Amino acid sequence: MKTPYSHTKATLALAKASFRSIMRSPSAVVFTLAFPLIFILVFGFLGGGGTKLDIALAPGSDMENPVIVALEKTGLVRITKDDNLDNINKDLEKGNYDALISVEKNPNGVPAYFTNVKYTSASLDKGNILKSILNEISFNLNTQNLKPTVTEIRATTVSGRLYRTIDFILPGQLGFSLLSTGVFGTAFVFFSLRQNLVIKRFFATPVKRSSIVIGEGIARIGFALLGALFIILIGHFFFKFTLIHGATTVLNMLVLATMGVIVFMGFGFVVSGIAKSESTIPPISNIITLPQFLLSGTFFSIDAFPSWLQPISRALPLTYLNDAMRKVAFEGAGLWDVKHQMLIMLLWGIGIYAVAVKTFKWE
Amino acid sequence: MEKRNVIISVKDLVKNYDDFKAVQGLNFEVYENEIFGLLGPNGAGKTTTLEIIETLRQKTSGEVIVDGFSIDKDPNAIKRIIGVQLQAAGYYPNLNLIELLELFSGLYGVSVNPMEMLAKVNLQDKAKAKYKALSGGQKQRFSIATTLINSPKIIFLDEPTTGLDPQARRNLWDLITDIRSQGTTVVITTHYMDEAEQLCDRVAFVERGQIIALDTPDQLIDNLIASGFERKKEVKKANLEDVFINLTGQEWRED
Ligand SMILES: Nc1ncnc2c1ncn2[C@@H]1O[C@H](COP(=O)(O)OP(=O)(O)OP(=O)(O)O)[C@@H](O)[C@H]1O
Ligand SMILES: [Mg+2]
Repeated sequence: MKTPYSHTKATLALAKASFRSIMRSPSAVVFTLAFPLIFILVFGFLGGGGTKLDIALAPGSDMENPVIVALEKTGLVRITKDDNLDNINKDLEKGNYDALISVEKNPNGVPAYFTNVKYTSASLDKGNILKSILNEISFNLNTQNLKPTVTEIRATTVSGRLYRTIDFILPGQLGFSLLSTGVFGTAFVFFSLRQNLVIKRFFATPVKRSSIVIGEGIARIGFALLGALFIILIGHFFFKFTLIHGATTVLNMLVLATMGVIVFMGFGFVVSGIAKSESTIPPISNIITLPQFLLSGTFFSIDAFPSWLQPISRALPLTYLNDAMRKVAFEGAGLWDVKHQMLIMLLWGIGIYAVAVKTFKWE
Repeated sequence: MEKRNVIISVKDLVKNYDDFKAVQGLNFEVYENEIFGLLGPNGAGKTTTLEIIETLRQKTSGEVIVDGFSIDKDPNAIKRIIGVQLQAAGYYPNLNLIELLELFSGLYGVSVNPMEMLAKVNLQDKAKAKYKALSGGQKQRFSIATTLINSPKIIFLDEPTTGLDPQARRNLWDLITDIRSQGTTVVITTHYMDEAEQLCDRVAFVERGQIIALDTPDQLIDNLIASGFERKKEVKKANLEDVFINLTGQEWRED
């Protein structure tokens, strides 16, 4: 025989072909780039200025305590100290205040203060920010004085950073972009390659099935990452999307993106297998993508959902991708810090590929 | 007839689709460097037989050896030495002809100059066109170009001239004869008997999954005449096809 046959070469040839094809497919570009960018643009301009937290200090609160002082020092909060409780409660309900804080001296001495915070479901996003700010503050205060904690959890590093709308919206849009390219893209490509007998012609060459899947996967992941990078950079340079550790953060996000798109491709394989015709692909794909789009914290924090919905949200893989992305981008978490989220995505991946192996059709 | 090397041997080939017997015990051999025709009515089992030899379909039973390789044991070795034109096939979407040929050269693990491949089938002008934008005949020619990428020992052409105009058909015959003259074995199916007569060294007639005749076209015609057959009407010195060729010229149609 002539030269030994190279499966790697075949795989790369396929990846190249597929990548070219994706770049020329309008729907891929629209779903992966245009939609997310439009949302980012809209929200980027809407919420351009960044967020301040409106906090009411409960009447009769101790004023001379380190917690309030530290809070004011962050520059992230606007504290109203002279409102009456009736007004405060009304405004809390409307979301005009993001939280009510009262600080009491502890008569028993240790810990020195109790900080009571009342959040409002009208403004859960900001409540969450406050939560992490408080955690941070109490951690700092506690370590200074070596006294027991006021609040129990150690916060991640949020201090002094402006949390903008873009910091919430962009990871969500990124997740959505990965979800749609993973599910729709993969489903359409494999369905049409099968239906149009492209795969059959491939099978007349020495190429292995795994090369076809891997080649397509490389192209799809490459395209998704390029899209992700584009979205992140646009967000960063035009809308001040926070990237705490700069390039490292971007890299971590891309690692997460890769993981996400691989999991979502699994759904795509399943859809391509069970779809009976080209026109059934969009509805089936929508059954998979829409709930995640709506329930996985793309636009709103899932804490804002009614409590009966939250378990559903917390079952979806996109929720964890979004969550991990936000932690990495805004809080500067490393990949190890989001291992819990990654683990759940991994479980989804294993599950969905197990189904894909059963449902996928070659011809 | 002189003794020739057998390059494909098919023994007792059977293919059932559920309980439908599409191929019922075929036996034939294809010699090296000949043009072998599989003829027969629609649904006779020609495509099924070809695709089994091409390792694209599972047989129910029987034995097929291609250039010494068994389709059961060595399908990949076979794929490397054959070129396949399918009766129905598609090509990767959104790519132009050059890019498609690059893809196939990667899939076959060979390096070819795509332009040279296109020149063989006279499609240089369409190098940047998408497959979907080609005419039927151009699609057929492109398909044949893809079968030649790996310089195969055998090419399989399943109705390559269906849908072609008369001179495109003749030009394709020239191309096929040319390919054969470079040492390639050609297995072809067609519904045009003039084509089979002109092109094929030997033909097998298949009906309902069985071979009902196998010989050189000449011999088959002689046999028929010997049995006392006579054409009903003496044909004229030319027919309408000759008129067509005469009126429209001999060159490849470019569009
Ligand atoms: N995948 C399949 N499943 C079930 N039956 C099939 C399948 N493919 C072919 N057949 C049947 O097998 C028989 C032979 O089909 P085949 O395609 O081999 O015919 P053919 O000789 O190539 O016909 P044509 O001249 O129309 O191309 C037909 O009756 C066809 O309906
Ligand atoms: Mg056929």
